[in-house]
Amino acid sequence: MSTAAEVFTGMPELGPNRKLALPKVVERTLPNGLTGIAIRRSAVPLVELRLRVPLGTTRRSEPFVARTTLLSQTLFSGTSKMSTMDIAAELQAVGGALNAGTDPDRLLISGNALGSGLDRILEILAEVLTDAAYPTTEVDTERDRLVDRIQIAQTQPAHLARVALLRRVYGTHPYAVQTPTPRQVRAVTPRSLRTLHAERLHPTGATLVIVGDVAPARALDAAEAALSGWNGGGKQAQLPATPPLRPGPLTLVDRPDAIQSSLRIALPAVERTHPDHAALQLANLVFGGYFSSRWVENIREDKGYTYGPHSYVEHSIAGSTLVATAEVATEVTAPALLETIYELGRMATRPPQEAELEQARQYALGTLQLGMATQSGLAGLASTYAGFGLRLDYLADHAVRLAAVTRDDIAEVAARYLAPAGSVTVVLGDAARVEPSLAALMPVERSVLPVDES
Amino acid sequence: MPRTPPAPRIPATKYPVERFTLGNGLRVVLAPDRSAPVIGVAVVYDVGIRSEPEGRTGFAHLFEHLMFQGSQNLEKLAHFRYVQGSGGTFNGSTHLDYTDYFETMPANALERALFLEADRMRGPRLTEENLRNQVDVVKEEIRVNVLNRPYGGFPWLKLPPVMFDTFANAHDGYGSFVDLESATVAEAAEFFRDYYAAGNAVLAVAGDLDVNTATALVERHFATVPKRSAPVRPGFAEPPMQAERRAAYTDRLAPLPAVAAAWRVPDPIEDFAAYLPHVVLAEVLTDGDASRLVQRLVLRDRTVTSIGGYLGFMGEPFAVRDPTALVLQANLPPGGDVDKVLRTIDEEAERIATDGLTPGELARTQARMATHTLRDTDAVLGRALHLAVIEQQRGDASLVNDLPRLLGEVTEAEVVAAAGMLRPGRRAAVEVIAGGAR
Repeated sequence: MSTAAEVFTGMPELGPNRKLALPKVVERTLPNGLTGIAIRRSAVPLVELRLRVPLGTTRRSEPFVARTTLLSQTLFSGTSKMSTMDIAAELQAVGGALNAGTDPDRLLISGNALGSGLDRILEILAEVLTDAAYPTTEVDTERDRLVDRIQIAQTQPAHLARVALLRRVYGTHPYAVQTPTPRQVRAVTPRSLRTLHAERLHPTGATLVIVGDVAPARALDAAEAALSGWNGGGKQAQLPATPPLRPGPLTLVDRPDAIQSSLRIALPAVERTHPDHAALQLANLVFGGYFSSRWVENIREDKGYTYGPHSYVEHSIAGSTLVATAEVATEVTAPALLETIYELGRMATRPPQEAELEQARQYALGTLQLGMATQSGLAGLASTYAGFGLRLDYLADHAVRLAAVTRDDIAEVAARYLAPAGSVTVVLGDAARVEPSLAALMPVERSVLPVDES
Repeated sequence: MPRTPPAPRIPATKYPVERFTLGNGLRVVLAPDRSAPVIGVAVVYDVGIRSEPEGRTGFAHLFEHLMFQGSQNLEKLAHFRYVQGSGGTFNGSTHLDYTDYFETMPANALERALFLEADRMRGPRLTEENLRNQVDVVKEEIRVNVLNRPYGGFPWLKLPPVMFDTFANAHDGYGSFVDLESATVAEAAEFFRDYYAAGNAVLAVAGDLDVNTATALVERHFATVPKRSAPVRPGFAEPPMQAERRAAYTDRLAPLPAVAAAWRVPDPIEDFAAYLPHVVLAEVLTDGDASRLVQRLVLRDRTVTSIGGYLGFMGEPFAVRDPTALVLQANLPPGGDVDKVLRTIDEEAERIATDGLTPGELARTQARMATHTLRDTDAVLGRALHLAVIEQQRGDASLVNDLPRLLGEVTEAEVVAAAGMLRPGRRAAVEVIAGGAR
């Protein structure tokens, strides 16, 4: 495809590229083993907090997923001194809020407040970490709410497609199940939450990131003062490495009467520190990782099969995977998959145009700057990278590597990681309508999701 | 009970705001902030879902898609490639009262972003092929967001037809497939001619810019956009409801019941002082576990599993015009009783109206609202959009700096009076019947 850039000459040139400016980061290991990371960004008089606590397990366990999920919903449900209401009201009083969420790698507590409320939000965080009570009544309430939310999720195609893909990709690995069923949630007791908290919520290996309108040293002093009493032994668990992808028949999950099919394709990928990472990031962009990619221009802007196709590299502690997702009209399910295979095959067998590479490179470099331009963006990046043993200065090196990637590098990694022969494909949709045409493209195997009744 | 700290001082931002108008009527807002090397560029046109002609539901949104399909200078796909190939991101969105187009870019791409917006302000390239392609894309968007998922379009598409009587306020802004499929290129050209004049738009740029340089660049690229007459915006006012209104529909995919209720509020623009207390009231009722309705309905009665409240059907208190509403929406547990939930909401509103607020309740709510408001402006794009819409609807973008303070000045008496307006006779409600219950 020719780009307009080749025919239209009036486009203003870009100003000189500025070198990636990294913010100053101050880090301190607190006496209890907690790693504190503080960054100043004063554009608005607020602070952002991210506390990341490792939560991996050595083997797949649905009851563990049920416990961690419910723990994240009841962590702020009271301590020996404060009720749910007290905690919420006291946080609100300093313009603050705290929330917790889990994935198979970690518990993440996120919050923000007025800058003047930093000390108070840290005190409340400390109180919850050292004294969360998991009161029976509150746990009952949150358990029912969680069950209802899971039931709703189980009717959402995006959720169901992800559940099916995770099972297919990860098999017996802990990553295979990331949402509990209602029955598993109902089995969780307040006592088991208190046990889980005692065993797993401790400062060793945890990272607290504070970003905002506050001097970093002062932020870390406040964290040290508030959290010095958070301690305890407990366990750490080592996640096993993820299994290699096992290409094979397309997994078809029936969703009767669905008017769209959810297409999910998993491909191998590498961690951020791998020598192939920068080239693979750019190869993914050229394929389907942003709007101006081959896949989006093909199945959306040319064919009109779909609204928001997208591919991305999902990094987890135990391994990385490239995932391509699209919701396509039922009647074009097989044609959309055909175009997808075609675009992957084209990536894997022919180097990209120089213009395609440059465009992807500029996008990758530019969005690095955009991602660091807010308090919450900085806090999220610093926290995520810390979870992988990296710091923000990684981005400076990464920018250098992005700048050095060549067309040949793209061709090489695309052949290695984007080849359709190495892919795992899952389709959720109206099986009776889509199976015959899908089966014309590749072998199809039906699969049923374990959705328990309430 | 832990100590009750004194109410915190509500802080403010001090973004410098430069405003000027070009000869063709384009209003421009520049807000320099050198804290990160990025810029947000927003162009907001004063046309939205309410302005769609009858028989053309969804047209404003479909037309928004067409504004990305090329121009006299640029081929289809070029806009996306130029923005992303400069290290930026883009999008557009269609609202009840406005349509926005925007980019976030590294600061060195400022002139390119301005060129791209000025270029399509001169006119999109409207072709039959692109129109048909984007009708297909929009239909897939509606399938993803409305038809193929539970609670699709709830409540923003489901509540207005219960509350309002006129086509402008009541119709489905995503559009029917019949209307979308019958849209023509000629209609798109008319829509552009009628609503996309420079004088009907505001350009805002926030972030790492020098005001003098940026002013010169804005003039270079936009001053030559031809002047056309800007439309006179019609009023969409409707008389208040005379009695309670209720509706219900079955969602074949929804596993659990849900309900949304709305009450008309004062004109957000013309009667701003009377409107603001309703914005605060929505948060008193629903912001977090310490709020009135979460305490009562979620944590005590357990008659709902979640509840939220906001102003305007799209949840944008400062980007909507009259007529609009305070909206509450709740998800219910299996077999939940919608009537009971509505009665309890009435009871809690009445309780505030009669007994007032508890000590500290207003101050803590206002502190949290200040955080929300400030946080939304930390990103250059959020700031640019906010500036542009406020300039368009309220005539002075610098109000952005005052919002946290103005919200903080709302008094208890005003919130109590607003709560007194949430009466059943003024309420429109819509219930989702769980057609997918197992």
